[in-house]
Amino acid sequence: MSASRLFALSLSVLLCGAPALAQQVPDASSPPRTGPEETVTGTLSQDRTVIAVPALATPAAVNVAGLNTSTLGKQIAEVIAADLERSGLYAPLGPGSVRAITMAEVRAPRFADWQAKNADNVVHGFVQASGTGGLVVGCYLYDTDLGSELVRQGFEIQPGDWRRAAHKCADAIYARLSGESPFFDSRVAYIAESGPKGNRIKRLAIMDSDGGNHRFITNGQALAISPRFSPDYKKIVYVSYLNNRVRVFIYDVANGSQKLVTESANATFAPRWSPDGRQILYSMAVGGNTDIYRISADGGTPVRLTNTPGIDVGGSFSPDGKKIVFESDRSGGQQIYTMNIDGSNQQRISFGGGRYATPEWSPRGDLIAFTKMGGGEFRIGVMTPSGGSARLLTNSWQDEAPTWSPNGRVIQFFRTSPGKEGKSQLWQVDLTGVNLRRLPTPQDGSDPSWGPILP
Amino acid sequence: MTIRKTTAMIAAITMLTVGACAKKAPDTLPPAPDGSGSTDTGTGTGGVVPGSQADFVANVSSDRIFFDLDQYNVDAQDQTTLQSQAQWLARYPAVRVTLEGHADERGTRDYNIALGERRANAAKNYLSSLGVDPNRIQVISYGKERPAALGSNEEAWAQNRRAVTVVIGN
Repeated sequence: MSASRLFALSLSVLLCGAPALAQQVPDASSPPRTGPEETVTGTLSQDRTVIAVPALATPAAVNVAGLNTSTLGKQIAEVIAADLERSGLYAPLGPGSVRAITMAEVRAPRFADWQAKNADNVVHGFVQASGTGGLVVGCYLYDTDLGSELVRQGFEIQPGDWRRAAHKCADAIYARLSGESPFFDSRVAYIAESGPKGNRIKRLAIMDSDGGNHRFITNGQALAISPRFSPDYKKIVYVSYLNNRVRVFIYDVANGSQKLVTESANATFAPRWSPDGRQILYSMAVGGNTDIYRISADGGTPVRLTNTPGIDVGGSFSPDGKKIVFESDRSGGQQIYTMNIDGSNQQRISFGGGRYATPEWSPRGDLIAFTKMGGGEFRIGVMTPSGGSARLLTNSWQDEAPTWSPNGRVIQFFRTSPGKEGKSQLWQVDLTGVNLRRLPTPQDGSDPSWGPILP
Repeated sequence: MTIRKTTAMIAAITMLTVGACAKKAPDTLPPAPDGSGSTDTGTGTGGVVPGSQADFVANVSSDRIFFDLDQYNVDAQDQTTLQSQAQWLARYPAVRVTLEGHADERGTRDYNIALGERRANAAKNYLSSLGVDPNRIQVISYGKERPAALGSNEEAWAQNRRAVTVVIGN
């Protein structure tokens, strides 16, 4: 995929510094004893920024690879509006509710019209045949009150990648207006579920962060669980029950082949990539005792990282690749620990009462997301890498297995409903805990794994 | 905890009783014998092939043992069940089995795989202590992936925290 920029950013403010979320330095000597977590709830703000997103214009409505540039102009605007809406920060007026624009307006907006719609900002753009079988998509953001241009981007893309152009445009708008790093142009691997509760069919599947471009990978004959995209999106590590064994495989997305991460007679599971994609963390059960191992993604000799009696399982690398957060029941119940990547300096960080599981280090480094079990419920929460400032972001019967957006501001997880007809679906919540919504998938879903921003 | 254990005990005893009458409760039906032409090997015990899964289920007190929440110890009731399984396995020394470990839905996915593995190994170790060659026993954990009872209540969870012995052939 080559979404190359054609135009320089007119205002190069895209990746401005993160707002005041000071990173806490782990204090090994006295881990903070967190009390019961505060639960964050509330409703979406009523005064979200209004952004008009009319259909993108085209200089000439022509078909490129079976796609019409005029139709695409509307579809791209719809995807941009949906992305902005899903962020929870903006109230977009999509192409279905505002008039279309002419090609001339793209560089010379009629600001009075958009002010009349109470739009704080307006997105303009165009879709044009490139002449080489591709498309050129232009994306502009204007401030209607100031009458000034805030963002200008252009992409030359293959026609089939039009959704990516929309996500890139939405990312540029989101980054400019929020000051956060972008996250829409990214992908998700997850497990598609169907069939009765006692005999679920579970298939590996992938999709864009908004559910677009959905694709099933495995056919469901073998149970598939816990997938993770490699950082370059070329591979997926996951657990398959192929031949009635529990083993970690690496699936090659381009050629559809897969290989074992390690040859072992024992069950291997709970795999994770290192941030550079060169190593894989996994858990292995030997005689009922589970420990965590690290191995080169190319194979070789695994390094055993834990050796306590009991269940040490899971694990997630810090973004600098120097530490691992994992769970262990060595204290009697599941709790969260950190260690160096050689297994040294193992320290418990969760102390809030109840059980803590599935820790996942934010790609931004400042927080660890987890599943908190207590009072018969599973809830998603976050805390600092030293265990401080714990907060719960959801409140339902069973919310499990958080995974971070590329910018560390949004968390996807799966929510299970109780009972004989109980099923799991994908959800996401932002760090305010307020912007909670379900991700549409063709079937039920579990075990989401959000990858990094696409290049 | 006491209440939960009682539920599990009742479930186990119920199955024991029902098992003696050679009639199984619907949710403990063994898998259907794999079809083609197995009826011609009748032995006078209702067409059950000696050494088969059906033979196993008909002649042991139960094909499964149950565990307390987040536990994997084999208690006295479980020992009785496994003793009957060991006796049957002694009669068919060429038969191999899979011990499936399971957990209820109230644990996280990866932890439950580890927990199911613990339970299956606890059962394997006890069978082994009774003289069953451990090389005849393979272990697999399904975690919370394959519940036997589908409800979300104590009774269903008690039935799902289990280790099940399945005959895989000679």
